[in-house]
Amino acid sequence: MQDVFFYIFGTLTLTCAMLVVTNRNAVNAAMFLIVSFLGMAALFVLLEAYFLAMIQVLVYAGAVVVLFLFIIMLLDIQGGPRIRTKPLTAVAGLVSVSMLVLGIVWMVRAGALPEPETLPPASGVSMKAFGYSLFTTYLLPMQVTGFLLLVSMIGVIVLSKKFDQPGVAKAAGGSAPPAR
Amino acid sequence: MIFPALLELPSVVAAIPAVGVNHYLIVSALLFAIGFFGVLLRKNTLVIYMSLELMLNAATLAAVAFSRFNGMMDGNILVFFIITVAAAEVAVGLAIIVALFRKRHTVQVEELGTLKN
Repeated sequence: MQDVFFYIFGTLTLTCAMLVVTNRNAVNAAMFLIVSFLGMAALFVLLEAYFLAMIQVLVYAGAVVVLFLFIIMLLDIQGGPRIRTKPLTAVAGLVSVSMLVLGIVWMVRAGALPEPETLPPASGVSMKAFGYSLFTTYLLPMQVTGFLLLVSMIGVIVLSKKFDQPGVAKAAGGSAPPAR
Repeated sequence: MIFPALLELPSVVAAIPAVGVNHYLIVSALLFAIGFFGVLLRKNTLVIYMSLELMLNAATLAAVAFSRFNGMMDGNILVFFIITVAAAEVAVGLAIIVALFRKRHTVQVEELGTLKN
């Protein structure tokens, strides 16, 4: 039964990823991105990483895609002239992608990664083990990640704030819109 | 017979082999390839960014699969950090795209060639 679910969600994830890449409309691409992420979360559940599946749905399918949709609609970039892909670029893309896939498939078929005889017990199940590990072995990466989030927050504010030209705001007296 | 795992899908349910780490690796590799294809061929910066997220997700899938089939916790923790950093990265990247759009009024990579030559 688990195998059937693997095939269902694997094909769902891959199909939607393909639709993300090939879709001409950016909003539709973001919608297919949500479905692809949900399929990935289902694969995480099949791998018994329940906490990560939850995080995947909350952070990726929730926050990240909503951010994408927000920016797409803010910028309103639909339409415009369609730029053709250069044939050389297309050929190079196809060759590199097929080399990548063939390499992995060859590695799998050559049996470079033998399947274990007995499946070890799942380790990602227990939230307690997860939290314990985060606050003992991985305490420093945890702190660094928190600091990184702070830095990125400040960076986003600085990037998206409109700074007034020096002198312009004073000359306008703060009532007129700043000259561009 | 390039994709055995995918070609066997319509066969009888009972004949499907047990899914192992290799199957997850194939899905991960295909997902990475699709994302890579998108990064190379698309012109819209936002769609390129979505393809980048797909590639990142492929890597996390491989990490979780290895973690599961080795019976170790560390892959899951690594993926937790990857997801956190990816969220921060998306926020900063989209802010950069918005700033770029304000300056240049386009997000098509073909028209952003100031650094060319």
